[in-house]
Amino acid sequence: MKMKKVLGLILTVSLAAAGLAACGTQGSTVSKGGATGDKFYIGAMGPLTGSNAVYGQHVKDGAEIAVKEINAAGGINGKQIEFKYEDDEHDPEKAVNAYNNLKDWGMQLLMGAVTSGPSVAVAEETKNDSMFQITPSGSSQDVIKYDNAFQVCFTDPNQGVASAKYISNQKLASKVAVIYDSSDVYSSGIYAKFAEEAKNSNFEIVAAEAFTSDSKSDFSVQLQKAKDSGAELVFLPIYYQETTLILTQANDMGFDPIFFGCDGLDGILGVKNFDKALAEGVMLLTPFAADAPDEKTQNFVKQFKETYGEIPNQFGADAYDAIYIIKAAIETAGVTPDMSTSEICDALKSAITKITYDGVTGAGMTWAPTGEVNKEPRAVIIKNGTYQLFE
Amino acid sequence: MSFLSYLIKGISLGSVYSIIALGYTMVYGIAKMLNFAHGDIIMIGGFVIFTITSTLGLNPFLAVLLSILLCTLLGVVIERIAYKPLRNATSLAVLITAIGVSYFLQNIALLIFGADTKSFTSVITVPPLKLVGGNLAISGETLVTIPLCIIIMVALTTFVKKSKTGRGMTAVSEDKEAAILMGVNVNRTITITFAIGSALAAVASALMFSSYPSLSSTSGAMPGIKAFVAAVFGGIGSIPGAMIGGILLGVIEILSRAYISSQLADAIVFFVLILVLLVKPTGILGKKIQEKV
Repeated sequence: MKMKKVLGLILTVSLAAAGLAACGTQGSTVSKGGATGDKFYIGAMGPLTGSNAVYGQHVKDGAEIAVKEINAAGGINGKQIEFKYEDDEHDPEKAVNAYNNLKDWGMQLLMGAVTSGPSVAVAEETKNDSMFQITPSGSSQDVIKYDNAFQVCFTDPNQGVASAKYISNQKLASKVAVIYDSSDVYSSGIYAKFAEEAKNSNFEIVAAEAFTSDSKSDFSVQLQKAKDSGAELVFLPIYYQETTLILTQANDMGFDPIFFGCDGLDGILGVKNFDKALAEGVMLLTPFAADAPDEKTQNFVKQFKETYGEIPNQFGADAYDAIYIIKAAIETAGVTPDMSTSEICDALKSAITKITYDGVTGAGMTWAPTGEVNKEPRAVIIKNGTYQLFE
Repeated sequence: MSFLSYLIKGISLGSVYSIIALGYTMVYGIAKMLNFAHGDIIMIGGFVIFTITSTLGLNPFLAVLLSILLCTLLGVVIERIAYKPLRNATSLAVLITAIGVSYFLQNIALLIFGADTKSFTSVITVPPLKLVGGNLAISGETLVTIPLCIIIMVALTTFVKKSKTGRGMTAVSEDKEAAILMGVNVNRTITITFAIGSALAAVASALMFSSYPSLSSTSGAMPGIKAFVAAVFGGIGSIPGAMIGGILLGVIEILSRAYISSQLADAIVFFVLILVLLVKPTGILGKKIQEKV
């Protein structure tokens, strides 16, 4: 109990310190903020440190490529974009701090956050400030519960439904086991819809095993149960860090089903020192495949590789699209930088439902007023250490 | 058959908790402080081994030895800089310092090694044992962890009971002032305790990350907390208690995950802890100490 109190005290002190720090930056940056009216100030946030840093880094890199391209081509309606990215460490509280810092900087619209928890926290703030928000990859349904927030990626339930349909249509397995993180909104959200959709499918869920963020190193029990239940496919609606452990432990016990995941598995090939042979044959449902042959994808991947020396994952692609979607919506609405934040928000939230956007994460993307995107998912399989389209 | 397999996994997980818990329990027993940075020393130990084997490509055995050496040094340095000046301060001040050291180590690791999760290559090359026609597989890590845990426990108990330094530790733990009067060098004894605790943390890190090869700057935090619970469970301050507490914790965790609910496993573990503490407030092997007035 003592421990709890002490932690609470430390948190309070650090929060107060963060608050003071925010005050400190306010005075110096507000003068060159959005009030000048000759530039669009787009703020963004995501984890650059912490356990989900891979996502945030790719989002930052992908968005910066798009901003650079747009600015070089003359900007949006002749106005340049100013882009600023803050670290939120995949922590809702820090995300709100980051949001306030960005507002002080003069942000007019927000691209973020990258992960679901922070996105939901920030959505409350953008709703209060009536600021337009588009998240590249925050996939929880709660992110878009207000009318000013939109998604580039699928919502979690849609990923669950799409995965179940895909497994069923492709006849990948008749017995399916699920291992999910019951303490995570992303994971449990996908699982709930997957289980619902599974009832209408030609496969059966023979084992549904949970773990929590407090015990995510030992998966031997969950894997043993999946194995004993005779599952041919294990559905993993989780993030890639745990997946590397699951693949290692499954290999140790000689369990070799098809592993099938969602966009959370994207990034698994970037884990340092991870034996990529273990990921061979892992399938994931993701709207983006770096080896897709279309010109747009190839151009983006080439740019990304030249600038950052890496192959972008889905998160980088989502962010790249998000910036271009903002551009398309601004052009459709005829928004100018001298408008107030809430005027921009009102104009954009009706404009985005009118546009049809062809991006690297899907062709013919459209948006419902609810904020959900409509596009076709693609399945990707890991072969020879790279992501390849599954035909 | 699966019950046996779960049981072995539980004992294996519990053995790792035990070795970590030994560090907590020794430091608490002798210095009367909760060293919350203990879990983070495990994390540092993991990174040392990771760097030596994966980046420099040296022998894993050498890496573990170097890691033990470095962690011991780190433990002693932390004790000297952060805890020694607070020897006569309130226990709350020391506790807060320990939490500060914990965050400090996590952020240093974040700065040096980056935020992305690393995959640890097992340092244990013992082949897995397949019994009953391959139905019961025991991993090489388990085969090493369980005996090693018992050896460490026996060695440590013998050391504390028989050696001069060990008896000094018992003396300091029972009555610091009287120990000083008897000519025991309290500062030196506490430093040695930290050295042993940190060396054990390095051993635990080699075993833990070999079994669960995911390494990041916060990897030590949760096992640290669980091991602390194990130490309280077994009776904090008692060496065999830490061992029993750790193994029980591991077994209860795995079995309740297997047979009751994978989601409620942690809740069940802590519920059992509460029950034990209600019946026996000092833990399973804890001594009841009368406060002198």
